[in-house]
Amino acid sequence: MSPVLAGVLQMVALIAALALAYRPLGDYMAKVYSSDKHLRVEKWIYKGIGANPNTEMRWPAYLRGVLAFSAVSVLFLYLLQRFQGSLPGSLGFSSIDPDQAFNTAASFVSNTNWQSYYGEQAMGHVVQTGGLAVQNFLSASVGIAVAVALVRGFARSRTGELGNFWSDLVRGTVRILLPISVIAAIVLVACGAIQNFSGIHEVGQFTGGSQQWNGGAVASQEAIKELGTNGGGYFNANSAHPFENPNAFSNLFEIFLILLIPFALTRTFGRMVGSLKQGYAILATMVTIWIGFTALMMWTEFAHHGPAFDIAGGAMEGKETRFGVGASSIFAVATTLTSTGAVDSFHSSFTGLGGGITMLGMQLGEIAPGGTGSGLYGMLIMAIIAVFIAGLMVGRTPEYLGKKIGTREIKFAACYILITPALVLVFTAAAMALPTPGNSMTNSGAHGFSEILYAYTSASNNNGSAFAGLNADTQWFNSTLGLAMLLGRFLPMVFVLALAGSLAEQKPVPATAGTLRTEKPLFTGLLVGAILIITGLTYFPALALGPLAEGLAS
Amino acid sequence: MNNSVSNTARLLWAGLRALLVLTVVTGIIYPLAITGVAQGLFNDKANGSEITSNGKVVGSSLIGQAYNLPLKKGQETPEPDLKWFQGRPQNGLGTNSVNTQYKLILSGATNRSGDNGAVDGVCPKDPAKAEEATLCQWVVAAKDAVIKDNSVNGYTVKSVPPDAVTSSGSGLDPDISPAYADIQVHRVAEKNGLPVAQVQKLVDDHTDGRTLGFIGEPTVNVLQLNIALKELVAKS
Repeated sequence: MSPVLAGVLQMVALIAALALAYRPLGDYMAKVYSSDKHLRVEKWIYKGIGANPNTEMRWPAYLRGVLAFSAVSVLFLYLLQRFQGSLPGSLGFSSIDPDQAFNTAASFVSNTNWQSYYGEQAMGHVVQTGGLAVQNFLSASVGIAVAVALVRGFARSRTGELGNFWSDLVRGTVRILLPISVIAAIVLVACGAIQNFSGIHEVGQFTGGSQQWNGGAVASQEAIKELGTNGGGYFNANSAHPFENPNAFSNLFEIFLILLIPFALTRTFGRMVGSLKQGYAILATMVTIWIGFTALMMWTEFAHHGPAFDIAGGAMEGKETRFGVGASSIFAVATTLTSTGAVDSFHSSFTGLGGGITMLGMQLGEIAPGGTGSGLYGMLIMAIIAVFIAGLMVGRTPEYLGKKIGTREIKFAACYILITPALVLVFTAAAMALPTPGNSMTNSGAHGFSEILYAYTSASNNNGSAFAGLNADTQWFNSTLGLAMLLGRFLPMVFVLALAGSLAEQKPVPATAGTLRTEKPLFTGLLVGAILIITGLTYFPALALGPLAEGLAS
Repeated sequence: MNNSVSNTARLLWAGLRALLVLTVVTGIIYPLAITGVAQGLFNDKANGSEITSNGKVVGSSLIGQAYNLPLKKGQETPEPDLKWFQGRPQNGLGTNSVNTQYKLILSGATNRSGDNGAVDGVCPKDPAKAEEATLCQWVVAAKDAVIKDNSVNGYTVKSVPPDAVTSSGSGLDPDISPAYADIQVHRVAEKNGLPVAQVQKLVDDHTDGRTLGFIGEPTVNVLQLNIALKELVAKS
């Protein structure tokens, strides 16, 4: 069997597995966020929090909950790292410097999981398992909560109430993320991912001498790292490390985990707004972009244009033998079209165009299918923009799901889509204009520029993958990337929740003959077009200087 | 004003309590429970899939290692011990950082781009002319070495597979492609005084196909192959 055919078959198997899980998981999540009943363990947790899970919140209250919880999380994670040196179970690692601790705290709370540290040489068991892995759960749960609040905005009428943040946070963690993670972690251990609490120890070698190993709760963190579209590796090599991703099956399984919740949430959305077809239209948009990007990636990576790859006879630099080009391409697209940022192969050593595809994937706003929760609300914002454009064409006030998209709504949506591009382009321009940040580049020329463009794209979109040649552990990068991650996560949430509140207050507009049918393939086509055109217009000049220049030269 | 300050404080306090409670659930109970199950059911795998040979631990089936000659005096980089099958090149994290060389487990890739070290869009054919520590220089030098080392006894290497001249993503790749193992067969047979057919059979026996026939790529685990080779040498 040729590697290309094997790659295609892996993609087919992945689609089949996701399709099987789509209905049961999507319906289950809809039930989780609609039910009035609380599990016993949840009641204990509410008691611990001291919050009443039955209080309905309007959007400002919901937002305050999100921000307060996240602010406390950043501070807690920051302090945990700053005091690592004095904590037990830290493997002798010292406390993390302030700039790096800020960067890492911002990174994990914003579901980015950008890492300017080397996992195996900086973080002990307590910080990894009790701090970083915890945020892998909670940041994902916050993302789903905000998405569900927006969906309730569409589903509810003549009220401003969006649900209860604490209840959504706890339910997402306890009823969705935890059970799936338990199963996934055990599957990963069965494949060979390690799960122990041993310290750093020496292991004998074949030709004599020894090799230094770190122990760790790797499988349990790996499971939620992929499931919650987090992406922060236990080890520096992330999912390329054999202890995180031991074989070809675990690799495909991890890709499955990455895509599982973001795709299934479109079913949850359809259920909650009372029209499964609306969910399918959103799903179709996501799938179209995802398959298109994967096909392009496989094509350019198998074609391996580039001076060093021509000599080598293939683009295997930075790729593992057990995965090969096909599976690495599928992983790279899945991780950058979601907010994951885990890598099983190193994007900096992809072909010029392949690196460009990973960047463009993030620049779409990570909506196909996007991060847990953030993918759905990002895509719904684009849907609002698309119905607005369609409305302009026919000269009619646009509607979506029975709600009028008026001035207020379109302003919120427009602010949402302007935030990340502004962060990416302004910070990249500043880094290029200043004399010192450029010293962090490993490669020169167009690829060096790509390293910096990639870093800010990844941070502002909360992805976390890197063209890792960039030495990002400098005060400049730690601070600016940390800021980009926080602003890129929480400013858009402000507009999403404001929009949700505004939609929930409206009374529904009955559909008429003139209403745009948003459950039809025509709308899916319009939406795909709107996404590509808006992103293209925003980023084309920057992409032309980096990956396009590199890709077209070879 | 006072009211809003105390409201904010109350909200932050609730946030902290939520964080602490959920930390207990996801950061203590969950990892400990998984560790318990893992250590009970998959003890060997949960601790790194160690391999023993002659009663001694010689590494992990998942982590690659170097098969080098001992360092000679004044030498900075050891030479490969050509008696053994060699794994993928070990350029580690490159020069801007610590180099892993399979020794210290600091994992990572070189992150070099495909045009790193190229002049006018091509890699200089003479590795000495290419810029030091660039992907072009590494790949050209590695390819020359693979052809030179393995062309023995009238056998010439015709085509070099890409994994033989590129570093992996983790820098710890335990595997090579069957094609790379195949071109090493003549050399290994000669250095160990074994018949070529016997060594080729050893490689074939240690070639793992794709999982279920289509997942991943075929591989040869270098450590397991070398352990089998050592046993074969000891027997003959």
